Amino acid sequence: MKSCVLMAYVPDTASVIKVAAAANRINEADIKWIVSPYDEYALEEAIRFKEAKGAPVTVLTYGPERAQQGLRECLARGADAAVHVKGGEGTFGDALAIAKVLAAAVRKTGPYDLIFAGIKGVGSDNALVGAMVAELLDMPHVTGVVKLEIGDGSLTAHREIEGGTEVVTAPLPCVVTAQKGLNEPRYPSLKGIMAAKKVAIQAFAPADLGLDEGALAGAGATCRWKTLALPPAKSGGVILKGEEDPAAAARELARLLREQAKAI
Amino acid sequence: MACILVFVEQRNGNIRKASLEALSEAKRLASGAGWSVCAVLAGHAVAAKAAELGAYGASKVYVADEERLARYSSEAYAAVVREAAAKCAPSALFMAGTALGHDLSGRVAARLGWGCLADVTKLAVEGGTLVATRPVYSGKALATVDGGATPAVVTLRPNVFPAATGGAAAEVEALPQAPGDIRAVVKEILAKEGGELDVAEADVIVSGGRGIKGPENFALIRELAGLLGAAVGASRAVVDAGWIDHANQVGQTGKVVSPSLYIACGISGAIQHLAGMSSSKIIVAINKDPDAPIFKVADYGIVGDLFQVVPPLIAEIRKLKAEA
Repeated sequence: MKSCVLMAYVPDTASVIKVAAAANRINEADIKWIVSPYDEYALEEAIRFKEAKGAPVTVLTYGPERAQQGLRECLARGADAAVHVKGGEGTFGDALAIAKVLAAAVRKTGPYDLIFAGIKGVGSDNALVGAMVAELLDMPHVTGVVKLEIGDGSLTAHREIEGGTEVVTAPLPCVVTAQKGLNEPRYPSLKGIMAAKKVAIQAFAPADLGLDEGALAGAGATCRWKTLALPPAKSGGVILKGEEDPAAAARELARLLREQAKAI
Repeated sequence: MACILVFVEQRNGNIRKASLEALSEAKRLASGAGWSVCAVLAGHAVAAKAAELGAYGASKVYVADEERLARYSSEAYAAVVREAAAKCAPSALFMAGTALGHDLSGRVAARLGWGCLADVTKLAVEGGTLVATRPVYSGKALATVDGGATPAVVTLRPNVFPAATGGAAAEVEALPQAPGDIRAVVKEILAKEGGELDVAEADVIVSGGRGIKGPENFALIRELAGLLGAAVGASRAVVDAGWIDHANQVGQTGKVVSPSLYIACGISGAIQHLAGMSSSKIIVAINKDPDAPIFKVADYGIVGDLFQVVPPLIAEIRKLKAEA
């Protein structure tokens, strides 16, 4: 048994987003980069699978040089091997292009019994890559998993849907994407951090996987970011003082919501 | 003539509102561009629902009616959608940006070799090309995107596009049995306790944050929510503290929502929370701290103790509703 985790290295969720001069990407000047939070749940689940079944964990990412830092972090938390497909600037935000590269990397380094990923990479917020990789590799998938039991040759997953959960069974190999609530990710240990430094990261260019990144980002692009802008700032909110007479403020708020905003 | 194909989602045989929104938006765009609108419906004993989709703009509805399609399966539903797409050769495939839509869109897009424009909040046809606006970085920025040279799968965020009726009855065509095995099988659906509304599809949300002081005080939030027919939301802090389920979390690592009314009680407004709710149409904040960032995005607010503000607010709304 073997598993892999698809990891995206993304801007910290606390980042203030500014638009770059090119006006279709963010300005990366002051950005701190992190392993996408949902990928942390994915990694934690893979490590628990390893602890239970002895299945080694490979972390796979497609991104620029800095993504190597994210791979080191995953190794420090308990992953055994790391694969870095270098590139991704031109295909940014194009989930199908990214899925093609990751599926090719899986073919090159696999097979894996389980492929874990976060439900989405925060930032581009597509929530597509997991299902796309499954389709490209002809595997079943379950997205948004909040509870997972892995048996011999199959799994049972609880998947979050509106107003409840779906209980899904699927044979292995399978792609599973993690939703918050699946587990509580561990912190890297000092021993883990030291050991992670010694692991050689396997590096590929998309061309090594038989893919033409120029074509994926150019004529073959399937999602192109044309412009990026900040949402219009709000102003002029009616803020009432409710410290002294909270009941009067509450009555006024109810009146405004009914008569002015027509919201209740 | 070019067409937009709309995948229509049903649960327990009932058409989801978000799908009617997607259908209506497809009709609006198609009318302007001189295109037609087709729909595809998968389920069991749903044929009677198919003709009704004409009212929302579909001129033709492809129906796959099989017992094994009663519950969702990404593999079987993808096969059905591909079947319909092969018949009408659409220039775009729309679906609602629900849990099902987000799951299905990736598989279908990869199967068709098309891109996917996910979770869009605005659509336009420019020079024959579909251009979408979608919130990225959880709403901290807005990107306009297109699908390149291929047609695009588009998921439309629920509660953003109006559902409009006015069309005629649709022509219904049955699809042959969907090919292929179903490997990932939905065995059962566990409904959330109390049948609470989900924040992802609610039109009104009342959220509680650290200011509510303890999990027991969600009762007050629930009372206001119940009065407004609203879903109960929460900040990350109280979810991480275990006061409420993560399914209720609004924000960058929770749900990103755009209801018509969002009431934040005792939520200061961390950047991740604001990212998840600032596209709400009307935002109301109730917080003790006049400098809380939530007031910067609020349309209405009260600086005060929520325990002294919310009970009279409930009483007043109850009174207004009784008068109406």
